[in-house]
Amino acid sequence: MNMLDRKLVRDFGRLWAQSLAIAMVLACGVATLILSVGAYRSLEETRATFYDRYRFATVFASAVRAPRHLKSRIAGMPGVLSSELRIAEPVLIDVEGMREPASGMAISLPEFRDPAVNRVYLRRGRLPEPERSNEVAIVETFADAHGFEPGDSFEAIFNGRKQRLDIVGVVLSPEYIYAIGPGDMVPDPRRFGIFFMPEKVMSGLFDMEGAFNDVVLTTARDADTRVIIDRLDEVLKPYGGGGAYDREDQISHAFLDAELDQLNAMATVIPPIFLAVAAFLVNMILSRLIALDREQIGLLKALGYRNLTVGMHYAKLVILISLAGVLIGSVTGWWLGRGLTRLYAQFYSFPFLIFRQSVDLYILAGGVSIAAAVAGAAKSIWSSVALPPAVAMRPPAPTTYRNTFVGALQRLGVFSQLSIMAFRHLLRWPVRSFLTMLGTSMSVALLITSLFSYDSIDYMIDAIFFRADRQDATITFSVDRGPQALIAAAAMPGVMRAEPYRMTPVNLRHGHRELRMSLTGVTPDSDLSRVLDLDLHPIATPENGVILSERVASKLKLEPGMTMEVELLERDKRLEEVTVVGVAQSYIGLNAYMHLDALDRLLRDGRQISGARISVDEAMLDELYDVIKSTPVIASIALQGVSRDRFRATIEENITTMSTIYVMLAVIITFGVIYNSARIQLSERARELASLRVFGFTKAEVSSVLIIELALIVLAAQPVGWLIGYGLSWSVMQGLQSDLFRVPLIIYASTYATASLVVIAAAVATVLIVRRRVDHLDLIRVLKTRE
Amino acid sequence: MNEAVFRTRNLTKIYRTGDVEVRALNGVDSELYGGELAVLLGPSGSGKSTYLNIVGGLDRPTSGQVTFRDQDLATLSDGKLTLYRRNHVGFVFQFYNLIPSLTAWENVALVTEVADNPMPPEEALAMVDMEKRMTHFPAQLSGGEQQRVAIARAIAKRPEVLLCDEPTGALDSKTGVIVLEALTRINRELGTTTAIITHNAAIRNIAHRVFSFIDGKIAEVQVNDQRIEPSEVVW
Repeated sequence: MNMLDRKLVRDFGRLWAQSLAIAMVLACGVATLILSVGAYRSLEETRATFYDRYRFATVFASAVRAPRHLKSRIAGMPGVLSSELRIAEPVLIDVEGMREPASGMAISLPEFRDPAVNRVYLRRGRLPEPERSNEVAIVETFADAHGFEPGDSFEAIFNGRKQRLDIVGVVLSPEYIYAIGPGDMVPDPRRFGIFFMPEKVMSGLFDMEGAFNDVVLTTARDADTRVIIDRLDEVLKPYGGGGAYDREDQISHAFLDAELDQLNAMATVIPPIFLAVAAFLVNMILSRLIALDREQIGLLKALGYRNLTVGMHYAKLVILISLAGVLIGSVTGWWLGRGLTRLYAQFYSFPFLIFRQSVDLYILAGGVSIAAAVAGAAKSIWSSVALPPAVAMRPPAPTTYRNTFVGALQRLGVFSQLSIMAFRHLLRWPVRSFLTMLGTSMSVALLITSLFSYDSIDYMIDAIFFRADRQDATITFSVDRGPQALIAAAAMPGVMRAEPYRMTPVNLRHGHRELRMSLTGVTPDSDLSRVLDLDLHPIATPENGVILSERVASKLKLEPGMTMEVELLERDKRLEEVTVVGVAQSYIGLNAYMHLDALDRLLRDGRQISGARISVDEAMLDELYDVIKSTPVIASIALQGVSRDRFRATIEENITTMSTIYVMLAVIITFGVIYNSARIQLSERARELASLRVFGFTKAEVSSVLIIELALIVLAAQPVGWLIGYGLSWSVMQGLQSDLFRVPLIIYASTYATASLVVIAAAVATVLIVRRRVDHLDLIRVLKTRE
Repeated sequence: MNEAVFRTRNLTKIYRTGDVEVRALNGVDSELYGGELAVLLGPSGSGKSTYLNIVGGLDRPTSGQVTFRDQDLATLSDGKLTLYRRNHVGFVFQFYNLIPSLTAWENVALVTEVADNPMPPEEALAMVDMEKRMTHFPAQLSGGEQQRVAIARAIAKRPEVLLCDEPTGALDSKTGVIVLEALTRINRELGTTTAIITHNAAIRNIAHRVFSFIDGKIAEVQVNDQRIEPSEVVW
C-alpha cells in the first residue's frame, strides 16, 4: 500500500464518526430508492405474472339476463382473444358467530374445463364438482378471516332462501387482488366474501338457465378496447347490458395502480432529498479536511506528487465514504423491500410473490450516490490541487470578518460578546449556514410529508362519515323497486329513518370529453346522506339539473350553468341534455347527483329506487340483521360504522408504519447535518473556544457559542421546513388523486409542531454529543499551536 | 518585600506518553510576590511553561503544592479553576489568541462582561495605546497591535496576576519593545504581579527577579538591583 493510501485509511479512521454520519444519510437515499423502486418492480411483476398466468380480462361487462347464444357474436368480435360468459350475483352471507350479515359475490365456474378468462388459483382443496349443488370454493382472504378450511361450511342467502354451502377449496382470483366490498373504503375480508360455484348450480339458483349476466374478455395486445367496449354494449343492450369497461376501471386493478403510483412518487421525491443532503455534507467536511491538510497538500506537491494524484487521494476518501453508505443502504433497502413486499402479499391477495432483485437497481443507486458525493466534493478537491505548493505550505490568511449589521446589534448592548461571536461566524459563511439550514429543514419537510396524510385522512373521515354519509347502513336492492320498497325498508325493526336513492349507469359527455359513471337520485330533504358543497355545507338537490362532484366537473370542464349530454346506458343509450347546477365536494369515486324526481323523469319509468340509507336503533340491530338476512330483494348491506372503523384502523396501521420509518430518516438527516456542522465548527474554532476557557469562561458559556449558532440555524430551518413540507405534501397528494379517491391536502398545526419537535429534539441530542468534546478541549495544546 | 501571591513546594509534573515519562517539573520551590515583575528564562523543555500553566490554573501538578494566597490550586475542581482564572488571572500568549470574529474592543469586552470589577474596555485599550484601533478586527491589525489588544484583554478585568508566555516571541524587536513597555507600565501603575516567559535573555534586566529554569528545576534566582527600561533592552 502506498503512503497516500495509508494516509487515506488513517484519515478515514480518524473521521469515522463524521464519515458514518454522511454514509448514513447516503444509505437512507439508497435504501429508499431500492425499497420503493424494488417494491414497485416486485409488485408490478407479481401482478403482471398473476394476470398473465390466470388470464385476467381486459374488458368487463354485465347484463340483466342475456342468452348464451351471444357467445359466438362476442367471441367473434375483432380483437377479442377469448371470452367467458358467467353468472355473477351479489348475495348476503351469514357466518355463524358473526352478528351482521356479510356481503358476498357468487361467481359461476364453467363445467369440466378451466375458465378461458379470469381463472382461479387453487390454494387448498379442490374446485366444486358440477353436480354438487352446495359445494363452493372461497377466496383465501375470506377463508383466513374466518378460519375456514375445506370441510367447513357457511350459509348464504340466495333470493331470500338460506342455503348451507360446503367449502371444498380455497382460491385466489386476479379479479379480487384488492377485494373491496360494497360501501367499504378499504378491504374488509371478514365482511366481504367471494365464492365460486358450478355454473349449473348458479343458473338453477338464479333462474339463469341458458343465460348469463356477466362477461369477461381478453383482447389482443393491439386491439382498441374502446371499440370492443362499444360493440359489446351494442350486443348486450337488448338484455339490460351496457356500461362495459376496461381494466383501468376495474376496482382491484385501479387500487393496485394507485398503490404503484404512490411507490413511484416515493421513489422520485425522497431519495433525491437524501442524495442532495449527503452531497452537501461531503462538501462541508471535505472543505474543512482540505483546509486542515493544506500544508500537507503543499508539501506533497513540493515533493513531486502530481495534481491528479493528490486530487484522486481525496476523491478516494469520498468514494470510500459513499461505498460505506451504498453498502449500508443496499442491505437495509433489500431487507425493508422484502418486508414491504411481504406486507403487500398480506394486504393484497397474490398466490405467489416475485421479489425482484435487479442488479441494475443497485448499480443505479450506488452510481447515483457516489456521483452525488463526488459532485459535492469536486470544488474542494479542485481548490486543493489548484494552489501552488509554496502558497499552500504557508498558513492561510486569517479569516476576515466584517462589521456588517451585527455591529448594529452590538450597539444595542443586548447581546453578549459570546452571542456576537456566534452571529458573526454565522454570517461569515452565509452559503454554508444557508445550506446547513436547508439540510435541517429537509428533515422537517420529510416529517410533514409523511405525517400530513394522517390529517388529510382524519379530515376525510369527518367529511365522509360525519357530514356527508351519516347513515348507519346502506341497503341495496338486487334490482330497482317501486316506492313501496322504501316503506318496507322503513318498517324493518329498529329502522328510525329511511331515505331512498336511485342509481343508474350513465355516460356524461361534454364536447369530446366523457365519463362513464353512476348518476344518483336523492331527495332534497335527505338528512342522513347529504350532498356537500365545496365548503362541506349541505346543499339540497334542486328540482332540475345535476350537481357534479368537483373531480367530475373539472374532468369534463363543466361549470354551473353549462349543459352536458347524459347518455342513459340502461335506456338504449338515449341521450338527454342536462344543466349543471352545482359543484359538490366528494372524496370517493366519481359522483353526480340529481333530485330523485328529476332522475325519475329522465328515466321515464316512474318512481323507482335502488336502495335506502337507514339510521338504526342500536338495540334492535340483531332483529334488523335477521330480517335483512331473510329478505330476498336486499342484495347487499353496507355498514357505515364498521366501514369507518375498518378504514381508520387500516390507514392508521399503514401510517404508523410509515411514520416510524420517516421519523428515523428525519433523525438521521438531522444528526448528519448538525453533527457534521458542529464538528467542523469545533475544528475551526478549537483555538477560540480554548482561549475562552483559559480566560475563565465556564464550559457551559463556551459551548453556548456553538449552541447559539446551531440553535439559530435549527430555528430558521423550521419555517423553511414547513414551507418545503407543504410543497412536498402537495406534490405527493397530486400523485394520489384518482377517480377512486381524492385526498384533500390538510395539514394541522399539530403536525407542523410534531415535525419541528422531532427535529429539534434530534438536534439537541446531537449537540449534546458534540458538547462533550468542547468540555474536553485540551487547553494547553490548542494554545501552543499556531493556527 | 510584599507578601507572596504564589507559593510552590516540591512542585512536580510528569507527562506520560505511552511508556515514555517526561518530568516537566521536578520539585520546584518558589514564591512570586505581590506587585513584582518576574522573568522566567530557560531553554525549551526546561519547565517554565508548565510552571506558568500550573500557577495559571490551566493544568494540575502531579505532586507537590501550589497555593494562590493560601488557596491550594492543586485540589480545585474544574469549575473552581475556571472561576479562579476568570477572577484572578490574565493571560497573554505568543500567538495572541484573539477571537477573529470580534473587533479589538469586543475582544476586551468579552472578558469585562464576566469580570467583577473591570475597567472599561476603552481604558484598557488606552493603556496599550490601542484606543484608536478599537473597531478593527484582528485580521486588520499587525502582530504587535494584536498582542497589545491581547494585553488589554488580559488586564481589563484588573487581575491580580498577569501571566505572559513568550509575549514577544512572534514579534520583531521594535514591536517587542512596545509590548514590553505596555507590560512594565501595567506592572508599575496597577501593581499587577507579572510573570513573563521568554527565550530572550536580554529581557531579563527589566524584571525585579529572574528565575532560570533547567531540567524542570529553578537553577538560579537572580535579583536585579538595577532594572532597565524596555527601550534600553539590547535585542
